[in-house]
Amino acid sequence: MGKSNVAKDFMLLIMFTAAVLTAPIWLAPIGANYPDLLQKFAIYGIFAIGFNILFGLTGYLSFGHAVFLGVGSYATVWSFKLLTMNVIPGILFGVILAGVFAVAIGYVSLRRSGIYFSILTLAFAQMSYNLAYSVLTPITNGETGLQLKINDPRYLDGMFIEAGAGIPSTNLFGIKMSGYSGFYFCAAMLIICFWISLKIFRSPFGVTLRGIKSNQNRMKYTGFNTRPYLLAAFVISGMYAGLAGSLLAVTDPLAGAERMQWTASGEVVLMTILGGLGTLLGPVIGAGVIKYFENIFSSIGENKLQEMFSGFPEGVSNVLTHIVSPFVGSGWHLTLGLMFVLIIIFLPGGIISGFDKLMNMFKPGSKLKPRKTEDS
Amino acid sequence: MDAIFLQILNGLDKGGAYALIALGLTLVFGTLGVVNFAHGALFMVGAFCAVSVQALLKTSERVRDESITFFEAYKEVPYLETWWGETGTMIIDWAVPISLLLVIPFMLLVGLSMERGLIRHFYKRPHADQILVTFGLAIVIQEIIKANFGANPIPVPAPDIVAGSAQIGSWFGLSDNVVYPWWRIIYLIFSLTIIAAVFAFLQLTTFGMVVRAGMHNREMVGLLGINIQKKFTIIFALGAVVAGLAGAMYTPILPPDYHMGMDFLVLSFVVVVVGGMGSLGGAVAAGFLLGLLQSFASMNEVKSILPGIDQIIIYLVAILIILLRPRGLFGREGVMED
Repeated sequence: MGKSNVAKDFMLLIMFTAAVLTAPIWLAPIGANYPDLLQKFAIYGIFAIGFNILFGLTGYLSFGHAVFLGVGSYATVWSFKLLTMNVIPGILFGVILAGVFAVAIGYVSLRRSGIYFSILTLAFAQMSYNLAYSVLTPITNGETGLQLKINDPRYLDGMFIEAGAGIPSTNLFGIKMSGYSGFYFCAAMLIICFWISLKIFRSPFGVTLRGIKSNQNRMKYTGFNTRPYLLAAFVISGMYAGLAGSLLAVTDPLAGAERMQWTASGEVVLMTILGGLGTLLGPVIGAGVIKYFENIFSSIGENKLQEMFSGFPEGVSNVLTHIVSPFVGSGWHLTLGLMFVLIIIFLPGGIISGFDKLMNMFKPGSKLKPRKTEDS
Repeated sequence: MDAIFLQILNGLDKGGAYALIALGLTLVFGTLGVVNFAHGALFMVGAFCAVSVQALLKTSERVRDESITFFEAYKEVPYLETWWGETGTMIIDWAVPISLLLVIPFMLLVGLSMERGLIRHFYKRPHADQILVTFGLAIVIQEIIKANFGANPIPVPAPDIVAGSAQIGSWFGLSDNVVYPWWRIIYLIFSLTIIAAVFAFLQLTTFGMVVRAGMHNREMVGLLGINIQKKFTIIFALGAVVAGLAGAMYTPILPPDYHMGMDFLVLSFVVVVVGGMGSLGGAVAAGFLLGLLQSFASMNEVKSILPGIDQIIIYLVAILIILLRPRGLFGREGVMED
């Protein structure tokens, strides 16, 4: 790797950091600058970056990544309940436990590849989900979800701080983890995660993973034992998911089994594909776009639509309202599904590659050539 | 003994539904090489065909209720009843069997348009892309259903004459207390019939012979001057019809809601994998096998020894099979065995 590349990566990281930290400002015009949504952007960005390390680099499509998200959430909430409301131990537990799960599931699942791998991970995810709902109720609190209670022991907190009235909020050494401070905490995590992913992409390890994606057999003939590499990638991406789950619990301390459902795993696949599979920035963009549309679209009701189309004559506005209304509000998943199908058909490289194509079109003298998608 | 007998019936029943869906999945995979995640959605579409037919037959008008005299009261009376009286009521009662008449042409159409419109562009794309695009399609179908029929399960009763239970115990020399719903018995017979029909179609007709040859060696069949693609398209539609029929007939057993497709899809994929990718007999056998296993695992005696086993038994079996015998119980050697 040349020196200029290092400089380029450094610039990318700086720009990414700047963009993330100023997000509350530049997202204001589209109405996405409230902390709850910003936190979601950062958290699901982490989830998608992690998923991309597995699917984007190795081509192994896991349909069970939501398990790690759920495990992370549960571990963190338990840490809040038993130890302390400080988030650091909670996050550590969440990431480590997700890592342990990832080692176990990955060790078994990675014995197969292709669709069998997808189905194995799916089977594990369904098992965890079903168990969390039924037998493991003492740990997961089943359908209600795991919540904080006023009489939780919180042993560590009890040693140092006087218990106040009400359920204490999650904090980082006294800074409350809600609102903007919560967002900046998640944003810091996102930047660290992005940096790690950048390092992985550029490292020999990342190159090996890409080699596995393009031709695993040849990698084996070259003398690589591919499985440890795959397992490492799987565990790293599982830990990313665990971190995302922990952060979900940090910003809103409850955990439910529906976080582990396989549709939740499907969502992260969607984010990664939508943004751009195997690219550095793509997953973050995909996660942002999906979470943004989820929030905006699902909040639009019939009345708001009528308001939006009020400029048209009445007949036209009624027809428009009628056409658009199934796609918004509670029906926003329909939009999501359609978007997904269209992206896969017409733009398999995701938003990033679409952007590249667009840039190429306007560049004078350059032919429309498919660019390498490895680097953002 | 009685309990075990009932669980066997339950298992066969559930297995029938699994087998029918898995059969369609396997047909599509064996012929077109496409992993269709939208197949569960087709099962659901079939179920909602039955719901629509029921709603259609029940289309009502408001008439004055004569039995209430001291104020103006109105009641809803289906048109069919006002037109044909008793016969009309009976037609409404038989909504589910009647819906099968709609399901066949409708699912044929859905299957054909799905294959021609979407799936055929994905033959050359990697499996992951196929999974993803059909997954997206499944979401779309599911949401359309949700938008039109709401999120709650819709009860669709079986015809009155078979609504009760059969004293099935006495048929087999067990005690008279062993009773089983008629409709479930009918469903079992129905699924066996459909399975037999599909196999007969593939084994005994020229069309089926060509399709089987195409599954074995597609290029060779093409070189012999047969347009195998056209035949495979029809097979895709056939798979859709089978799934639709299975769904429509299942409505009296399980009131359909918008996520039943996804629920059944995951299970049927497991069934296909256990049976062996591309093996039709395997899909059927594994369907019944897993149905039975699930039934037995949900017996209280078993659950008290291994709590939670009923929730995970199917996935456990699938994991074991994939690890120990990746080609599945009846899979052909070398298929998906890398």
